[in-house]
Amino acid sequence: MLSLTQAQTLLQRGEISSRELVSACLERIAALDGAIHAFLYLDADGALKQADEADRKRKTVAGEHMPLLGVPIAIKDVLTVEGMPCTCGSKILEGYIPPFTATVVKKLQDAGAILLGKTNTDEFAMGSSTENSAYGPTRNPWDLSRAPGGSSGGSAAAVAAGFVPAALGTDTGGSVRQPASFCGVTGLKPTYGRASRYGLVAYGSSLDVVGVFAHSAADAAVVFSVYNGRDPLDATTQDVPDANIVLETEASASLEGIRIGVPKEYFIAGVQSEVEEAVRAAIQKMAELGADVREVSLPHTEYALPVYYLIATAEASANLARFDGVRYGPRVSGETMWDVFYKTRGEKFGDEVRRRIMLGTYALSAGYYDAFYGQAQKVRTLIRRDFEQVFEQVDVVACPVAPTTAFPLGAHRNDPLAMYLEDIFTLPANLAGVPGLAFPVGFDAAGLPIGMQLMGRHFDEATLFRLAHRYQQATEWHLAKPTIDN
Amino acid sequence: MTYEPVIGLEVHIEMQTQSKMFCACPVVDSVSAEPNTAVCPICAGHPGTLPVVNAQAVEYALRVAIALGCTINPVSIFARKNYFYPDIPKGYQISQYEQPLALNGKITIETAQGEKVIRIRRVHLEEDTGKLTHVEANGEAEERRNEATASSQTAYSLVDLNRAGVPLLEIVTEPDFRSAEEVRAYAEQLRALVRYLGVNSGDLEKGVMRIEPNISVRRMGESALGTKVEIKNLNSFRALERGVAYEIKRHIAILEAGGTVAQETVGWDETRQATFSQRSKEDAHDYRYFPEPDLPPLVVSQAWMNRVRENLPELPWQIYRRFVDEYGLSRAEAWGLAQERMAALYFEAALKAGSSGVRTVYAWVMGELLSLLNASGKGFETCPVSAIELAALLELMRAGKINQQTGKTVLGEMFESGKSAAAIVAEKGLTQVSDADFLSSLVAETLAEHPNEVASYRAGKVTVSNWLFGQVMRKAGGRANPQVVRAELERQLRIEQNTN
Repeated sequence: MLSLTQAQTLLQRGEISSRELVSACLERIAALDGAIHAFLYLDADGALKQADEADRKRKTVAGEHMPLLGVPIAIKDVLTVEGMPCTCGSKILEGYIPPFTATVVKKLQDAGAILLGKTNTDEFAMGSSTENSAYGPTRNPWDLSRAPGGSSGGSAAAVAAGFVPAALGTDTGGSVRQPASFCGVTGLKPTYGRASRYGLVAYGSSLDVVGVFAHSAADAAVVFSVYNGRDPLDATTQDVPDANIVLETEASASLEGIRIGVPKEYFIAGVQSEVEEAVRAAIQKMAELGADVREVSLPHTEYALPVYYLIATAEASANLARFDGVRYGPRVSGETMWDVFYKTRGEKFGDEVRRRIMLGTYALSAGYYDAFYGQAQKVRTLIRRDFEQVFEQVDVVACPVAPTTAFPLGAHRNDPLAMYLEDIFTLPANLAGVPGLAFPVGFDAAGLPIGMQLMGRHFDEATLFRLAHRYQQATEWHLAKPTIDN
Repeated sequence: MTYEPVIGLEVHIEMQTQSKMFCACPVVDSVSAEPNTAVCPICAGHPGTLPVVNAQAVEYALRVAIALGCTINPVSIFARKNYFYPDIPKGYQISQYEQPLALNGKITIETAQGEKVIRIRRVHLEEDTGKLTHVEANGEAEERRNEATASSQTAYSLVDLNRAGVPLLEIVTEPDFRSAEEVRAYAEQLRALVRYLGVNSGDLEKGVMRIEPNISVRRMGESALGTKVEIKNLNSFRALERGVAYEIKRHIAILEAGGTVAQETVGWDETRQATFSQRSKEDAHDYRYFPEPDLPPLVVSQAWMNRVRENLPELPWQIYRRFVDEYGLSRAEAWGLAQERMAALYFEAALKAGSSGVRTVYAWVMGELLSLLNASGKGFETCPVSAIELAALLELMRAGKINQQTGKTVLGEMFESGKSAAAIVAEKGLTQVSDADFLSSLVAETLAEHPNEVASYRAGKVTVSNWLFGQVMRKAGGRANPQVVRAELERQLRIEQNTN
């Protein structure tokens, strides 16, 4: 089970070939994914072919400029890859093969990465446990009876289980950070507008971002440096210089001058005590490494949940309108055209998706728009302003990723609202558009990983990486690996 | 009891840009192109695709909005208009709602009562829908535009997405029209404008310009508006005028009978020359508009607006006004030229290239030349005879080198061969004969050949001179100067009379 930077080094030195690396990953997947179910689609033959191609390229000049040459990677199944099925964890896209590749995936491919396959997700990324996948849940590699978090649970579990050194996920309300926390890996949600959404099947368009999972901040930074950047095909990507994160390899860098804000609204009743303790200990460790820690306030935090569930669902209600059985995907036949629409959408979307479409449709309806969607937009501005004000005082904000560690599968089966509460600490970053980085800072009594979150200024992923990297140089939480009983 | 119709117009104009509104697909003729040949994942609404605004479409929209005297919003917002139909691939149409591209313009139309200002409420950008063809159980196919619902006889429907995503401009007026004639006058001006600006061919039959009137009728003197009905399927100016007139009459008849008009959308049936109900108020959609999160606000800089304003051509109504004022053309003549920019430019170029005068140039451009163009299916922009060459032809006539009849023949030749007037006249020896001695001998010869006719003339049947004139002209092969022949004939007939 190699980390990405380890794999890079061995490949570059010629100590292993990409074929050997990919074969090892495929063997591990074959042995363990039956129990975990991280993958919805595995392209074993294609991956081996790409690996051979990478091994040939390694000897060329072109190969020298491909930072991910020969490195196997998995992609959350809401990102398109030409010719590879894309289900979004939904029956409504069963059998759908997209005719184009997402820009972020294309960038990874151009950098030499090898796509092993597509990972499991809550249907259309709507969920916090990956249990809403129409193709069955993913299990947490640390405890197979527990959820890996979600919605990018498949990618998080694939990295935690050692199937791939890195994987792409997407984060609309915490869907990278929360599963990273539950699975004990490092997960980045970049700034909104930092990376292309072209080829990301939209859930909440103003919130969705492509994130990455890896074993460390250093590994995640390598992948992020490849796939970020403005895309002419995505008008919401910003015209800022591409991020190319270079981290110190020596463990000597001081965190002096970095100001960490600890928001009191994120340490509240309902947070598992072991989580709070571990996060506070990690902050203490950063202070020891030179950072300046102070308490701050993000006063509108409590409104993030209702605001999110109005804006995300409103956008989703429109984004998912295209799935009508007319142009692609399965079609349920009916007496009339409307009948076809009703039946296809009624039968092929799962409960949570239909619930959110209805919520969003309601929030946008004539007579309700101002009270719901309109009001939510106003409060969203207040939440964004909270962060602007805090970032005048500090450089980053540190807090838990989720109130608890991984919960048992089925724990929230009959209580969608309890499931929504899983995201209360991750939603604000999406509403404000700021970057967030989650990484392991300890374990609870049950041996489950605890994650901590750093949030930063718009487009300042570099500071988050620098801080987490220095912390990881000084600690070993991120090196812990689960024992998977098959 | 007298009634007053109150009418506002929504006009959709497809903009004939290189590519579609939000993707790189070409804009093709949706009538003639093979179905679904100008379609990509973006305009087919595949999951994961995103729109990117076509700057050329914005430029075209700015031309129209600025020409209409609108205030341009420096920042405008795209919005999603949500409804389900198989011809909108995303399940929503990207349009503009709360902050459109432009507001508050105006256009002046001519009415029987004089000039009238029609206020433009807003101009906004959006994308067109695809096209559906409903195939009936008996095999008959019928194309329906926008939201018209399949009938119960429909066996299946075909979707063509060539038109989906084509840039559309929507121009909405205030309810300022009071008659079908006013509506037509506005529509003609708007058509001329979009053609001038190179935005669109203005072809109503092809549906690239779609006019949807909202009509209500109230008792004269009342200030409250009556119930409004929208008319669709008006695919020609004639249909527009008739459809509006039909609805006005229908509403008045209902009101006269003490009834109430139902709020609905009706369609114009060209064969029956009547409207039919398409959609009632109860079926009206809640479009659930909200700002399009995939597109940042559209920013139009002052510099962009200035550049568009500076590059606007002289507009149809400006040319019209100038032709009336400067050249003394009648209003009908001036509009006849001004509504086709190339005709107006041609006329003026021909006028300035010679000294034949307004009446002669107008008569030839809109008479002989226009018939040749019509007969050959050409327009002024593809006219084989340039304005300068036409002016040269008119100069030959003015100088008496050829007569009018020969002039027409020569123009026909020029049109066919592309040769200059001077070349054709020289080549065919068509120069007019004005030589007095020669023409005198021709006249004498003719009179000698027709003693009976000369006798009847002498007997008092003076109209015979016209017939004799024709005989002389025929002898001269049409090239004789008619004024000289006429004078010589009269002279000789009088002499002969006197000598008798």
